[in-house]
Amino acid sequence: MSLTPVHIEFIATGALWTVGLSAIAFVGGSILGFALALARISPVPFVRRCAGTYIQIVQGTPLLVTLFLFYFGLAVVGFDSLPAIVAAGLGLVIYSSAFLAEIWRGCLESVPKTQWEAAECLALTRWQRMVRVILPQAMRIATAPTVGFLVQIVKNTSLASVVGFVELAQAGKLVNNTIFEPFTVFIVVAAFYFVICYPLSAWSRSLERKLNAGRR
Amino acid sequence: MPAVVSLSNVHKSFGALQVLKGVSFDVAAGEVVAVIGASGSGKSTALRCINALETIDSGEIVVCGHKVHDPELDRRALRRDVGIVFQSYNLFPHLTVAQNIMLAPTCVKDMGKAEARRLAEEVLAKVGLAEKADNYPEQLSGGQQQRVAIARSLAMQPKLMLFDEVTSALDPQLTGEVLRVMEDLARGGMSMILVTHEMAFARKVASKVIFMHQGKVWETGPGAMLANPQTKELAEFLSNDL
Ligand SMILES: Nc1ncnc2c1ncn2[C@@H]1O[C@H](COP(=O)(O)OP(=O)(O)OP(=O)(O)O)[C@@H](O)[C@H]1O
Ligand SMILES: [Mg+2]
Repeated sequence: MSLTPVHIEFIATGALWTVGLSAIAFVGGSILGFALALARISPVPFVRRCAGTYIQIVQGTPLLVTLFLFYFGLAVVGFDSLPAIVAAGLGLVIYSSAFLAEIWRGCLESVPKTQWEAAECLALTRWQRMVRVILPQAMRIATAPTVGFLVQIVKNTSLASVVGFVELAQAGKLVNNTIFEPFTVFIVVAAFYFVICYPLSAWSRSLERKLNAGRR
Repeated sequence: MPAVVSLSNVHKSFGALQVLKGVSFDVAAGEVVAVIGASGSGKSTALRCINALETIDSGEIVVCGHKVHDPELDRRALRRDVGIVFQSYNLFPHLTVAQNIMLAPTCVKDMGKAEARRLAEEVLAKVGLAEKADNYPEQLSGGQQQRVAIARSLAMQPKLMLFDEVTSALDPQLTGEVLRVMEDLARGGMSMILVTHEMAFARKVASKVIFMHQGKVWETGPGAMLANPQTKELAEFLSNDL
C-alpha cells in the first residue's frame, strides 16, 4: 500500500488540529501569561510571590505530566466525558502561560528603570507608564523569543496525542499503521510542520523590522 | 514671597548609610539655586527627595504647597508642578522627539493631539530644536537630547525645575548649548534647583549657592561666595574642582 490522497487529507486534517490547538495554547497562554508577567513585577510582594510559585510549579512539571493530570484529573473530579481537545487545550494553555510569563517578565525588566522614573516624573499613572512607555519597548525585545516559543508550542502539541487527541504527529502515526511506510509518511508530516512554523519565523522577522522602522 | 520649596531638617538613609543628615533650605519663587558638593555628599538624593522619588525618614519638605513628607502625598499632583531633568536624558527611545514631548500633556492634561503638537513645537523652538520634532532621540547628539529632555519637562508648564548634573555626560562643546537653555529659563523667571559641577555657570546664574558636605548644607550664599569661601571644606572643594 502506498500513500493516497485520502491519507494526505487525513494528515492535513491532523495539521489543522495542530494549528487549532496551537492557537488555543497561544491565545490562552498569552492572556494568562501576560497577567502573570505583570503580577511578577507587581509592587505588591504577595502578588509577585503567588505568580512566581505558579510559574515554578508549571515549569517544573513535564508537559506530558500536565496533560495527563488534566485528562485524568478532570475525570476524577467529575468531568468524565471531557473531549480530548479540552484537556489538551487546558494543559497547553497552562504550560504556555508559565513560559510566556517568564519570557515577558524578562523583557519588561530589561527596560531600564530610568524609563519608569522619567515617565513617573511626568505625572503619568502606573498604567500609562506601562502602556505608553514600558510595553512598547519591551515588545520590541519580546518579538523574537515569543515567536520562538510559539514554534515550540506547535511542536509540543504533538504530546497531546497521549490524551487521545489526533493532531498532526498522531495522524501520521495512524496512517503509518495502515500503510507501513514510515519514511514517506513522516516526511509528509515534517513538511506540514515546516509549513506551519516557517511563516511564524518569517512573521517574526517582518514584525521586528516594522517595530524598528524609522529607528535605523 | 512664599517659598516654592522648603526643606527642614530632612534625614534620609539607605540602609545603614546616612545620606542626608538634617538638610534645610528654601527656594523662593523665581530663585535659581545651585547645589554643589563632592561626589556622595547627597546632592542627587536631596533632589530626588524633593520630587518624591525617594521617601524621607524624617523632616519636612513642602514643594509648591504639596507636603512631600506626608504619606498621603498626591504624587501625580506634585509631578505636575515639578519638572526634573537627569544626567542621562532618559528620553523614550521608541517615540519621536515631538511624541516624547506630547506624551505627558495628552496623557495627564487630556490635551488634544493637535494642540499638544503645537505645544511641542513651541517648547522645541525655545530650546532651539524646532527642526528635530520628527527625529528619534538616537538620531540626536547628547546635547540635543538633553535639550529635548528639558523641553519635555517644560511642556508640562512646571512651577519648579530640577536639574541633576545635566551636562556631566556631555562633551565640553555640547555643554554650552544646554547651559544656554537653562540660563534663558532662569532669566524667564523659572524657579530652579540645579545640581552642577559647572562653577562658572553657578556663579553667573544662581541667586543662591548651596554647598553640601557629608549630607549637610555646609555653606550657603550668593554666587560670590564661590570666590570667597567661609569654610575650609568649601575652599578645599573649590580648589579640587578647578
Ligand atoms: N538607591 C540607593 N541605594 C543605596 N545607596 C544610595 C542610593 N542612592 C544613593 N546612594 C548613596 O548615597 C550617597 C549619596 O548619593 P548621591 O547620589 O546623593 O550623591 P551626589 O552628591 O549626587 O554625588 P555625585 O556627585 O557623585 O552625583 C552615596 O554614597 C550613594 O552611594
Ligand atoms: Mg548625583
